[in-house]
Amino acid sequence: MSALLVIRVGPLATVQDLGRPGHARLGVTTSGAADRSALRLANRILGNDPAAAGIEVLLGGLEVRSVGRTTVALTGAPAPLTVAGRPASPCVPLDLRDGETLSLGMPPTGLRSYLAVRGPLEVARVFGSASTDPTSGVGPPLLEPGTLLSISRVGSEQRCGVDDLAATDLAAPASPAVGDLVLRVVLGPRDDWFDPASVARFTTSAWEVTADLDRVGIRLAGPPLARSRTGELASEGVVRGSVQVPPSGQPLVFLADHPTTGGYPVIGVLADEDTDALAQVRPGGRLRFRPTRPSWT
Amino acid sequence: MRLRPCGDRAVLVELADADERRRLEAALRATPLPGVLEHVPAARTVLVTVNDPTRLVGVVAALRSLTLPLTGADVATESVPDTDVLEIPVTYDGDDLPEVATHLGCDVREVVTRHTGQVWLVEFAGFAPGFGYLLGDRGGLEVPRRSTPRTRIPAGAVGLAGPWSGVYPRASPGGWQLIGRTDLEMWDTRRDPPAVLEPGRRVRFLEAGL
Repeated sequence: MSALLVIRVGPLATVQDLGRPGHARLGVTTSGAADRSALRLANRILGNDPAAAGIEVLLGGLEVRSVGRTTVALTGAPAPLTVAGRPASPCVPLDLRDGETLSLGMPPTGLRSYLAVRGPLEVARVFGSASTDPTSGVGPPLLEPGTLLSISRVGSEQRCGVDDLAATDLAAPASPAVGDLVLRVVLGPRDDWFDPASVARFTTSAWEVTADLDRVGIRLAGPPLARSRTGELASEGVVRGSVQVPPSGQPLVFLADHPTTGGYPVIGVLADEDTDALAQVRPGGRLRFRPTRPSWT
Repeated sequence: MRLRPCGDRAVLVELADADERRRLEAALRATPLPGVLEHVPAARTVLVTVNDPTRLVGVVAALRSLTLPLTGADVATESVPDTDVLEIPVTYDGDDLPEVATHLGCDVREVVTRHTGQVWLVEFAGFAPGFGYLLGDRGGLEVPRRSTPRTRIPAGAVGLAGPWSGVYPRASPGGWQLIGRTDLEMWDTRRDPPAVLEPGRRVRFLEAGL
C-alpha cells in the first residue's frame, strides 16, 4: 500500500472531488473542488476517473511525503513545485519514490492548486463524496501535519490509455487572466427587486474581488446596487454562481460551499462552468458580467 | 405558478403560498421529471435543478404543463408516519426570551407555554445541514429576526424568526431570536438519516427536567 503523509500545510488544504449534488433539500450543499476544471485535468493527466478526489491547496504551502511509490500531478494555480528538492513541472505525471517529499511554494497568480494522485486517494465518503466543506463540517477533516492519505491500489479503475495521454499532451498550465475576467450571467431570479439603473450597472460596471472570500463565496466591490422595493424576501433555494445582494448593495457571489437557501435577493446567476475561473481570482482582480438569455425563454 | 430564471442549471418556481408549494412538491414526487437533479423547497418556492444544462428547456416545458394535485397533504408524511411526534427537551434560558415576550406582549412563562403547547412540522430544510424550518399548528410566536445577527450561536440553540422555530445543528452565525437550548444532537452523519429534523417530521418541544 502507498500513501501521502502531510508534513506541512499553507492557509488551507482539503480533499475535494466533484462534490455531493442532490442533497440540498437536507441543507447539504454540493461542495467539491472550487475549480472543478483544474481537478478534472489533474485526474486526466494521471488516467484517473475525472471525478476522483484530489487535494485542493489554497495559496501553496503544502508539503507531502510519499509513503511507497506514488505518482501525482499538479494543476490550477501555478505554485512553484519541488520534488526531493529539485524543481518539477506542473501538468505532467510526477513519480515520487518512497520517502521523497513534494513541496509547493506560493503561486504567483491564482488561488487554488490541485494535486491529484494516481490510484486515486482513498477517503471516507459522506453522501457519496470525499469533499470537505469546512463551513458545515461535512466530509473529511482539513489536512494538517500528520494526516495520512491512503492510495487505492491501482486496479481496474485505472483508465490510463493512449487516448487519454494524447489529450493531455495538449494540456497547458492555466495562464493568468489578462485584464478583466468576463463571466456569463443570466439575470434573475430577483432582478425585479432592483431599480433598472442598478440592473444596468450590474452588467456594465467592473467589479473588484475583495479579500472577503472563501469557498462559500466572494464579496465584490463596485457601485452600490439599489433595491426598488422594501421588505424581506422569504428564504429560497440558491445555486453555485448566484449573485446575492445584501442591504449594503455590494454583491456576494456563491461558490462551492454556498448555503442551500438564502434570504437576500439574487440579481443574477453565473453560468455554472464560469465559476471555476472565478474561484482563481485574487483580491483586487476585476470581473465583468456579460448578460445571456436563459436557454428556455 | 411562475417560473423565474436561475442560471443555466436551475429554474426557480414561485408559488402563491405554502399550500401551492406543497402541491407542486407532491406532483414532482408522484411524477419525477426526466433530467431533474432535485427540487429544493422553501417557504413559497421550489428550486428545480438539473445536472446537464441542455436538459433545462425540457424540464421547464414539463413544469409548465404540470397539473397540480388538489392537495399536498402527502408531502407532510414523506417518510415519517403522521402519528410519530418527536419530543425535543429544551432548557428555556435563551438570551432573547425577555425581548420575545415583550414583542408578543406576554410574559416569559407564556412564551414557553406557547412553544411547548403545539405540534411543529418541519416544512423544509436549509441554511445548514440538519437545520429545519418548523411551523407550529397554533402559531402565536411570530417575531422578527434580530436587527444585528450574532456572530456565533452555540449548537443546540432553539430560536424563533418570523413564523418559524428552529434548532441550530452546530455553532454558526445567525439572526434568530434565541429562547432556549437542547442537548439533542440535530445532525450526525453516522446516523441514517443524519438529520433529526428532516422535512415532514413532526416535533413537540418539552421543558427539560420537568
